[in-house]
Amino acid sequence: MFLQLNDVGKTFEDKEKGEFEVFSNIDLSIDRKEFVSLLGPSGCGKSTLLSMVAGLEHATSGTIQLEDKQIKQAGPDRGMVFQQPSLFPWLNVRDNVTFPLKSTLSKQEAEKRADHFLKMVHLSRFKKHYTYELSGGMQQRVAIARALAMDPKVLLMDEPFGALDEQTRHILHDELIKIWEETQKTILFVTHSIQEAIKLSDRVIVMGTRPGRIIADFNVDIPRPRKRSDERVIELEDKVMNLLKEEINKVLKEELNNELEYSH
Amino acid sequence: MNLNILIKRILFLVAVVGIWQLIFSAGVLEEIIFPSPLSVWEALYNGFTTGDFLGALGASFRHLFIGLAMAIAFGTVIGVILGKSKQADETAGMYLIAMQSIPSIVWVPLAIMLFGFSEFAVIFVVVLGGTFVMALNVRTAIQSVPPQFIRAARTMGTRGISSFFRVEIPSSVPYFMTGLRLAWAFSWRALMAGELLSNGPGLGYSLAYAQDYARMDQVVAIIVIIGVIGAVVDQFVFSKLEKNVRNRWGLS
Repeated sequence: MFLQLNDVGKTFEDKEKGEFEVFSNIDLSIDRKEFVSLLGPSGCGKSTLLSMVAGLEHATSGTIQLEDKQIKQAGPDRGMVFQQPSLFPWLNVRDNVTFPLKSTLSKQEAEKRADHFLKMVHLSRFKKHYTYELSGGMQQRVAIARALAMDPKVLLMDEPFGALDEQTRHILHDELIKIWEETQKTILFVTHSIQEAIKLSDRVIVMGTRPGRIIADFNVDIPRPRKRSDERVIELEDKVMNLLKEEINKVLKEELNNELEYSH
Repeated sequence: MNLNILIKRILFLVAVVGIWQLIFSAGVLEEIIFPSPLSVWEALYNGFTTGDFLGALGASFRHLFIGLAMAIAFGTVIGVILGKSKQADETAGMYLIAMQSIPSIVWVPLAIMLFGFSEFAVIFVVVLGGTFVMALNVRTAIQSVPPQFIRAARTMGTRGISSFFRVEIPSSVPYFMTGLRLAWAFSWRALMAGELLSNGPGLGYSLAYAQDYARMDQVVAIIVIIGVIGAVVDQFVFSKLEKNVRNRWGLS
């Protein structure tokens, strides 16, 4: 398998509250060129799982392998796009994109590659601009270009469009699909939006919470571009919604019980 | 700057000088303690044409630049150590704030006892005046690097010393600039304190000298020079630099 998660678990140590298990026994296999979404309510650990694939967090148990190599730390073979664009304000757009290329490519080659990906995200005009001059959507496109410029094996995206307005989000969805088709990258995409997951991905992994775990794995065999009015899309949305409703009810019930317990 | 604001400021200055002249003309105060605007202007003019003030200014700036450069260097090193090491910060951070709260004139007797009435004693006071405020700001600068930048850099294969130079240092530039502006302001005040009690040369020494000879016109003239230099350097050098940097870094 291309990206393989075996029996992965994560427990946070907290001095005051003791141990807190985010999830355990996560098994997941992802194929090359697949577009996979991790979908779940807040607290299910989907972002933590993504950070572990990125190598920003360590697994407490289990293994994560990319092309049969164990992931131990962060590296440029896995490009990450965060919810906040995390561009460097002291660099212009092009220098932000060449940032990860400094040690491997000559200046000329790096700039050539940056220009290529900036063209792909339609920001060629803004090469010399600084980040404060760009809108949130444009900043996120620069972040995507920066991740792609490293030519990573996997593109990891952590709710990349979560902070954008509806209109911009739809435009970027279409752009992302185009980029994915053009670059043939494997994409692992974290979101809490059912529509977003179904609109974009080949596979939707639904995660439950307390404890975090995978509760379903849907293949989305609907040809792109997908319309929200498509019956198959609506049917799948309902299915996922029902699954998540149980999870959310569970959290609410637990909170209510806590409330009853502590309010007496 | 908008012309309107400039006119308002000039009119205000004219009004202040006018009131000053009126009080002088009323003759209620002796000229020896209340000189006319004209005599202060003459003192300024003569001070510059004879070269006295220029010599004093040159000496003052020499003390300031040597002292400030050392303060920036020491302050940066101390600040980086405290910013990077939680151990060091917990151990020494509080004392830094204590040192910063000591007015620089307090160091003058110490400097004179250590180094005599020498120019180095003045420079020593300037260094102490600027170092602590610089260190405090550099510490804040390093501690305020957004963790998100460091995480993003790690996903691009940049960590450790390379991350320090390519991410943490550029990210801290705005606070560093604030540190520079404050270090300049504190050093400038420390310089005057040190020079007043020194054996010259320097602007502060000229001020003390003018006082010894009861030359109120010169005293006021030198105070004007000190004020103008302080304001001009702050407004046209450090505040401007700081503002430009903060703009670029998207902080304002």
